[in-house]
Amino acid sequence: MGIIDYFRNEKPGSASVARDRLKLIVAHERKSRNQPDYLPQMQRELVEVIRKYVSVDVDQVQVDLQDGDVSVLELTVTLPE
Amino acid sequence: MAKIVVVTSGKGGVGKTTSSAAIGTGLAMKGFKTVLIDFDVGLRNLDLIMGCERRVVYDFINVINGEANLKQALIKDKRFDNLYILPASQTRDKDALTQEGVQKVLDELKQDFDYILCDSPAGIEQGAQMALYYADEAIVVTNPEIASVRDSDRILGVLQSKSLKAEQGESVKEHLLLTRYNPERVENGDMLTVEDVEEILAVPLLGVIPESESVLNASNRGIPVVMDEDSTAGMAYMDAIERFLGEKVEYRFLEAEKKGFFKRVFGG
Repeated sequence: MGIIDYFRNEKPGSASVARDRLKLIVAHERKSRNQPDYLPQMQRELVEVIRKYVSVDVDQVQVDLQDGDVSVLELTVTLPE
Repeated sequence: MAKIVVVTSGKGGVGKTTSSAAIGTGLAMKGFKTVLIDFDVGLRNLDLIMGCERRVVYDFINVINGEANLKQALIKDKRFDNLYILPASQTRDKDALTQEGVQKVLDELKQDFDYILCDSPAGIEQGAQMALYYADEAIVVTNPEIASVRDSDRILGVLQSKSLKAEQGESVKEHLLLTRYNPERVENGDMLTVEDVEEILAVPLLGVIPESESVLNASNRGIPVVMDEDSTAGMAYMDAIERFLGEKVEYRFLEAEKKGFFKRVFGG
């Protein structure tokens, strides 16, 4: 860093961007890591069934599997107004 | 009873083999009888980093297939008589590693050694899974860089689901080794900090190895960098090894060298 950089306005570094992106993607991948292999296919088919009756976008249907003492399959559909 | 330690990372080129060589040699320097196994079948390099590439006669796959016994395949280090290298095969592919074969070799080595260090290939397939399957502990080598951190998290997932320990309902003890750390870039906000990586991966920190010219010099010469007692990387590896052995060691080399007035004004 020389005298010219010294007077230039400092931009925030790119490391904070990397950190935020990593936090998001790692959390997302951890969630899907523990799910059974059949889940993505089942999610797609469930969405297809719902779309036969209601016109919703794919991202308005959320399928989550939660593991605890018992496994709970949670299906959330955001219906259009 | 021997401890089996895997050095792994998911991503390639982050310093697994350099770290395996440094940590294995360091454990031997501390008096432990140590063997380094190269699991990178088809792309062996540990022999080069250890400086014994011209002494390879038989390899890991020969032993698994019964074409040679362990005594014939193990290369004794010329510098430390309690350090051995079991090279990978250069002509086969990773499918040549079978679970039974690996177990047979590890069981035999366990009789004789304090530490068995498994240098994993990159990736999360067969070769990497074989390297970590029997591990008691894992050293996850990570660079403070976005792709490396993500891949480390992936390999942690494999450790937690596909290792023998995981199958038995136990867990592999995990250690984070951050390599190629550049304190100046961290201070400029261009590189993830130690704390960032620790927080994202949630694995206890074993060591931070600063980026250093001595690492390339060491591999050029086939001398593990931990033997270079004047280099920051060598010292940082030794610190990590002492922590691995349960000692409490302060962290060094985490801050950039202070620049003098001259350098600050005129650059450099």
